[in-house]
Amino acid sequence: MTEKERNETPVLETRGLGISFGGLQAVSDFDIKIYKGELIGLIGPNGAGKTTVFNMLTGVYKPTEGTVYLDGNALNGKKPYEFVSAGVARTFQNIRLFKDMSVIDNVKAACTKDITYNLFDATFQTKKYWEAEQAVEDRAHELLKIVNLDDKASWKASNLPYGAQRKLEIARALGTNMKILLLDEPAAGMNPTETDELLSCINTIREKFGIAILLIEHDMSLVMKVCERIKVIDYGQTIAYGLPEEIANDKRVIAAYLGT
Amino acid sequence: MTTFIQTLIVGLRLGSMYALVALGYTMVYGIIRLLNFAHGDFIMVGGYAIIFSVPAVKAMGLPIWVAVFPAIIVCALVGMGTELVAYRPVRKNGTAMSALITAIAMSLFLENLAQAIPAIGPNPKVATQIFPSSGIKIGKVTLDSSTILTIIIGLAVMLGLYFFIQKTKIGRAMRCVSEDKEAATLMGINVNRTILITFGIGSGLAAVASLMYISAYPKVFTTLGVMLGLKAFVAAVLGGIGIIPGAMLGGIVIGLVESFTMSYISSSLSDAFVFLILIVVLLIKPAGLLGKNVGEKV
Amino acid sequence: MTLKKMNQKGFVVNTIVLACLFFLLALLSNTGAGKGNFFRLVLTPSLWQCGYLIILATSLNMVLGFMGQLSLCHCAFMAIGAYTAALMSLAFQRAGVFKSPKGAVFILIMFLSILCGGLLAAAFGFIVGIPALRLKGDYLAIITLGFGMIIVNVINNLPFCGQNGLAEGSAGSSLYKNGLGFGMKTKVTYLWVAILLTILAVVMMFKYVRSKFGRAIQAIRDDEIAAAASGINTAHYKVLTFAYSAFFAGIAGGLYACANGSISTSSFAFTNGGILNSTFVVVMVVLGGMGSLTGSIVAAVLMFFVNYEIKNGAWVAMLPSGIQGIFKYPMLVYAFVLIVVILFRPKGIFGDYEFSLVHVREDLAKHRALKAQEKAEMKGV
Repeated sequence: MTEKERNETPVLETRGLGISFGGLQAVSDFDIKIYKGELIGLIGPNGAGKTTVFNMLTGVYKPTEGTVYLDGNALNGKKPYEFVSAGVARTFQNIRLFKDMSVIDNVKAACTKDITYNLFDATFQTKKYWEAEQAVEDRAHELLKIVNLDDKASWKASNLPYGAQRKLEIARALGTNMKILLLDEPAAGMNPTETDELLSCINTIREKFGIAILLIEHDMSLVMKVCERIKVIDYGQTIAYGLPEEIANDKRVIAAYLGT
Repeated sequence: MTTFIQTLIVGLRLGSMYALVALGYTMVYGIIRLLNFAHGDFIMVGGYAIIFSVPAVKAMGLPIWVAVFPAIIVCALVGMGTELVAYRPVRKNGTAMSALITAIAMSLFLENLAQAIPAIGPNPKVATQIFPSSGIKIGKVTLDSSTILTIIIGLAVMLGLYFFIQKTKIGRAMRCVSEDKEAATLMGINVNRTILITFGIGSGLAAVASLMYISAYPKVFTTLGVMLGLKAFVAAVLGGIGIIPGAMLGGIVIGLVESFTMSYISSSLSDAFVFLILIVVLLIKPAGLLGKNVGEKV
Repeated sequence: MTLKKMNQKGFVVNTIVLACLFFLLALLSNTGAGKGNFFRLVLTPSLWQCGYLIILATSLNMVLGFMGQLSLCHCAFMAIGAYTAALMSLAFQRAGVFKSPKGAVFILIMFLSILCGGLLAAAFGFIVGIPALRLKGDYLAIITLGFGMIIVNVINNLPFCGQNGLAEGSAGSSLYKNGLGFGMKTKVTYLWVAILLTILAVVMMFKYVRSKFGRAIQAIRDDEIAAAASGINTAHYKVLTFAYSAFFAGIAGGLYACANGSISTSSFAFTNGGILNSTFVVVMVVLGGMGSLTGSIVAAVLMFFVNYEIKNGAWVAMLPSGIQGIFKYPMLVYAFVLIVVILFRPKGIFGDYEFSLVHVREDLAKHRALKAQEKAEMKGV
């Protein structure tokens, strides 16, 4: 392990995380520590269990072993929305936008948990309601600017081109005010130009919010370019963890990708 | 004890009727994921078909229950016609919700069309007795022939259908289409034709159910199928909708629950009990008694 | 321009127009025209009916169109509202709070009864919603159908709700004779109550779907997993919306009870061919357009016109004689129209468009521009 220990609580930490589906061990002993501002890559061949890890980190699946800690607090048995409240946000491998809502409403919907007005305020449109709505509107525009979608704010989400939909998912995830962002193959299906745009977008997000990011990606050049450290899993087991250049030369990783 | 056995038999009789109707619901749901609200009205169509073909059957000197065969043909045609005219076009460009609304609309349409036909009209029609009124007595329990025949026919049809779906080529095609339409197309199965055949068989079963219904309650009216269809539908869901043996099990369970509530608790609350059972089962096992829970893939 | 100012303009215009309409009708009911037979016998009962149908359809639209959950027990909530309002007013009258159905005290009690009907319906919506909303799609439809059946069946068997209990008759048919007592359509009065409540209800629902609640439930409709992953407490919003929608169904029930003078559980039952059948409410919502409250209002009025009670009535007599023949079998025509509409316009008449008095022209222009822009961008990409 080349991980340099830091003198702070990691934003996200897992200890011995594992899950089995009806006797089939999909992931086992998954340990990771992600500190503030870091960008970690999670790679592995198809079916290695990467998305399963994401699903455990966001509460969609209940891990059968181990624990997820966020800022040192265990998140055992919490529901997905409680994971989000704690500060974990994600995007999906196959795009899951609110497709019949407008682009800006997609982002606004993700801000719901931070809006505090109640049914009374909404019905009688009190001062509190207008203040909150104005704040959300401004915030949503700001986030859409980061992903260059502000000019399409009133579009229906399903009418956006593919690359833009992926970026909207990221903007929506940002709307939740997270501490760590999990990106599940954000560049999948993108052409090189779109991938470059995405890269600059990710960099802007890191500069602006200083959050931690965990990234699943198949595009090796992208992973090698942006990630500070990379974790490789295969058949649910961690087979390597280290700096990009170490991973590129790791025998087990090469074997897993090319077959032995 | 006598009451118990009598209730049990009434329950089985009701149950086999519900099961036959439930089979129609389940087959259609299994293959196109549509709650075919119009299915109950196919029973009504079958009922009128039987009534109108009884004189002809009598004239030919055949037993009256033979009238079920023309009814089966009429029902199958109506079912296939519904699929061709309404469901298939909606399936092509609509959503699941618009398909459901089409089904409700079809149900309304059939009921009101029947009322608008002068020979039918809004008033109930009384049917002739279907089965001979003889019966056998075992101890203190009376079994009239229509009860026995209903249960026997029900079981025979269910078994026949089960083997048809498991063993024949068309049955296999139906199972393929219900698993995965696109894969079935790639395997050279004519999906639309298979769906059409499913509608035909399901609606034909409704005609058999209407024979059973008439033999028990010899009165046919245009909204006859609504409550019957609803309960059969509950039966299908209870057993696990889309699963053939589930529909049979569900039908029998609903029939028994209904007859036992009627004779032991309260006749006016029997519907409430039927639905209470449904709710309890759905909350414990959301996919029904024989269904498998499938989570959404993330 | 801030968000508030942008919305306030529309709010002011819409309020003024609604208020004018309201006063016009209120005035009409008190002037010479209001005393006329047409107004009293045809227009007033028609507007009462339209009122509760509109509330019924729009409130279901919140659950079905905005939240995407198919509920088949909406009329059961309406029944709860109707019976609660009826029994309450009856109790007040028996206690001697008011003698004849007039005056300020009576109106106050009428409002109170209707409100309580709504609240009890909401409570039941909450109780039903917690277990039922764990299921999805067709299964939710079936379980709500079950709850609806049970509610109506149990009401029918309650000793104080009719069937066995009330001396006057079966299934609560005389419940109202001594209560609010508007009587049948010959006697429907207090039109302004129906109109006021309808407008209030619709406005409240508009505010709801335009707020964070509306966004949350639309997100749930489009993708429940993504909604949860965006921090939306899906169970909370689902049950809240379900109960809120049941509240308005209860209000509609209260209005129904007032308008009819007698209620019976059979009018809310599934097997009933009339219009107060939960499947028909679903039909209204889909026909008007899921996610368009405007659409639900239009569909409710349309539904009113095919209602069998009106087919022999004065509205049909006004049509040219050639068309009158259609109304001999109104439901047949309705079913046919429904199938045709669904075939050619699967999203309903209005889709998710909302009508607003200030925005009509802008909407049309914007719609065209947006379509053109989208087309161009799609080609460009």
